Amino acid sequence: MSSNFTLAELLICACADVWKDEGEVLATGIGIIPRIAQGLAKLSHSPGIMITDGEAYLTEEPVVIGAKNHEGRTYGGYMPYSRVFDLLWNGKRHALVGPVQIDRWGQANIACIGDFAKPKRQMLGMRGFPGNSINHGNSFFVPNHGTRVFVEDQVDVVCSVGYRDESWEAGVKRDYASIKHIVTNLCVMDFGGPDHAIRVISLHPGVSFEEVQQNTGFPLIQAEDCGETAHPTAEQLEIIRKLDPRDVRSKQIKDNPPGIRQAA
Amino acid sequence: MNKEMTTAEVVATLEDGMTIGIGGWGPRRKPMALVREILRSGLKDLTIVGYGGADMGMLCAAGKVRKLIYGFVSLDFIPLEPFFRQAREAGSIEAMELDEGMLHWGLRAAAYRLPFLPTRSGLGTDFLKVSPEVKTVTSPYADGETLLAMPAIKLDVALLHTHKADRLGNSRLYSPDPFFDEWFARAADRCYLSCEELVDRIDSSEEDAKHNLFERSLVTGVVQIRGGAHPTSHVAVNGGGYGWDAGHIKRYCEAANEEGGWQKYVDEFLGGDEAAYQQAVGGLEAITSLPRQVF
Repeated sequence: MSSNFTLAELLICACADVWKDEGEVLATGIGIIPRIAQGLAKLSHSPGIMITDGEAYLTEEPVVIGAKNHEGRTYGGYMPYSRVFDLLWNGKRHALVGPVQIDRWGQANIACIGDFAKPKRQMLGMRGFPGNSINHGNSFFVPNHGTRVFVEDQVDVVCSVGYRDESWEAGVKRDYASIKHIVTNLCVMDFGGPDHAIRVISLHPGVSFEEVQQNTGFPLIQAEDCGETAHPTAEQLEIIRKLDPRDVRSKQIKDNPPGIRQAA
Repeated sequence: MNKEMTTAEVVATLEDGMTIGIGGWGPRRKPMALVREILRSGLKDLTIVGYGGADMGMLCAAGKVRKLIYGFVSLDFIPLEPFFRQAREAGSIEAMELDEGMLHWGLRAAAYRLPFLPTRSGLGTDFLKVSPEVKTVTSPYADGETLLAMPAIKLDVALLHTHKADRLGNSRLYSPDPFFDEWFARAADRCYLSCEELVDRIDSSEEDAKHNLFERSLVTGVVQIRGGAHPTSHVAVNGGGYGWDAGHIKRYCEAANEEGGWQKYVDEFLGGDEAAYQQAVGGLEAITSLPRQVF
């Protein structure tokens, strides 16, 4: 255990864990922290996962963040978008994505805020969320845990499926949909409560359950064995430095706070 | 047989109200010279289909669009196309927002002349609520599963940008990812290609022939425009491609924040023909030397 690490590094390690025990799935981390995390997972506990170079190829060597050229890259396979859909509709993928809104049922929104016909704020659109969420496992990364993200009611537009029974048409096969973890800047959660209720399974150093609850628009459960989120090990930090030599991770969370919160 | 045409001849075959599919993906390999020719034309009320980028944004800004059918409209390093955003927030266009996989499924249905293809994508979300024209279907087999019936997206015309073509309509795509260009070609009644290099007849090796992704019988016309994908990228795995023009794309996006910004962009870059456009953005040499992006 190391005590000298940043919150971004703690989050990278927590994010990497979403791919633990997932086998030979395509790991897709959207954003800098999830992308470093997928590389860390591959180079530590989950060598079986498949990752891409960020373009169209599978590689066994995670691409370094901020690389300036393609020199020295080697490829094990080919993964253009047409094959991404072939693969993901077959379920062999786990994506770590960053929704704008998440509700208590795990339904998530990245499409727009307000009315779909004339949105108050158009965002990315549904993109891959509907197909991903009904076909394979997903986890969420939320670097700004608050009530604007974890909304009180349903999300404005349900882009990815959740555990709200009323949202499902009768006769639809729900077996392939699962949401594994939510990693935020405050804690790690899962859907292990009664009827898939969201529970806090670990709190980041110096964060209380009450603080997490205050920043969440719906009631949370604290898991019985909820402890502190594991600190990065020296080996993990070394891999992270190798994957992100220019320290792009330091610019991902405002003011790049330390991993162990300092007393105010 | 000679399918060579000019951009003006291609656009002269288009009509108001048509459904036009555009190949490429976001800021990658868009047939922008053909799009610019549409921007210069009097065409209106178009339905544009694609994995959109500045092609869709510009056509929205110019008031050419009645409806967009899209998997996204993004410039990648600028996640949301600003003129698309404005059109959506103003409610000035109809939008069919699809999961990226559903869009290619609808193109495949059209390509196979089927009314729909089944999928699970979209179920359990608000997709059916915001797209009430899309229906579900029940499996006739023992499982009885409810599936989404993704309707065919039939195109009147597909516009694609390729690396190389011949006057018969044979083509080559050397991109790292060919995206779904093949399905745009197959879903359309007529497909027009712009290309970097045009020859009388391609007579290649076996290996090279694998880069031919759809038959010449699907191709109505070919136009040679070196640099015709600018400001989008046109990467070739066998060398000789170019990256996207981040500087120009930023300049274009800034126009969305200015009063009358689109008209200023038009005055600066679209007043003349394609040769004048290429001059205004620094010349063909500058376009084809743009370095490939690294991810």
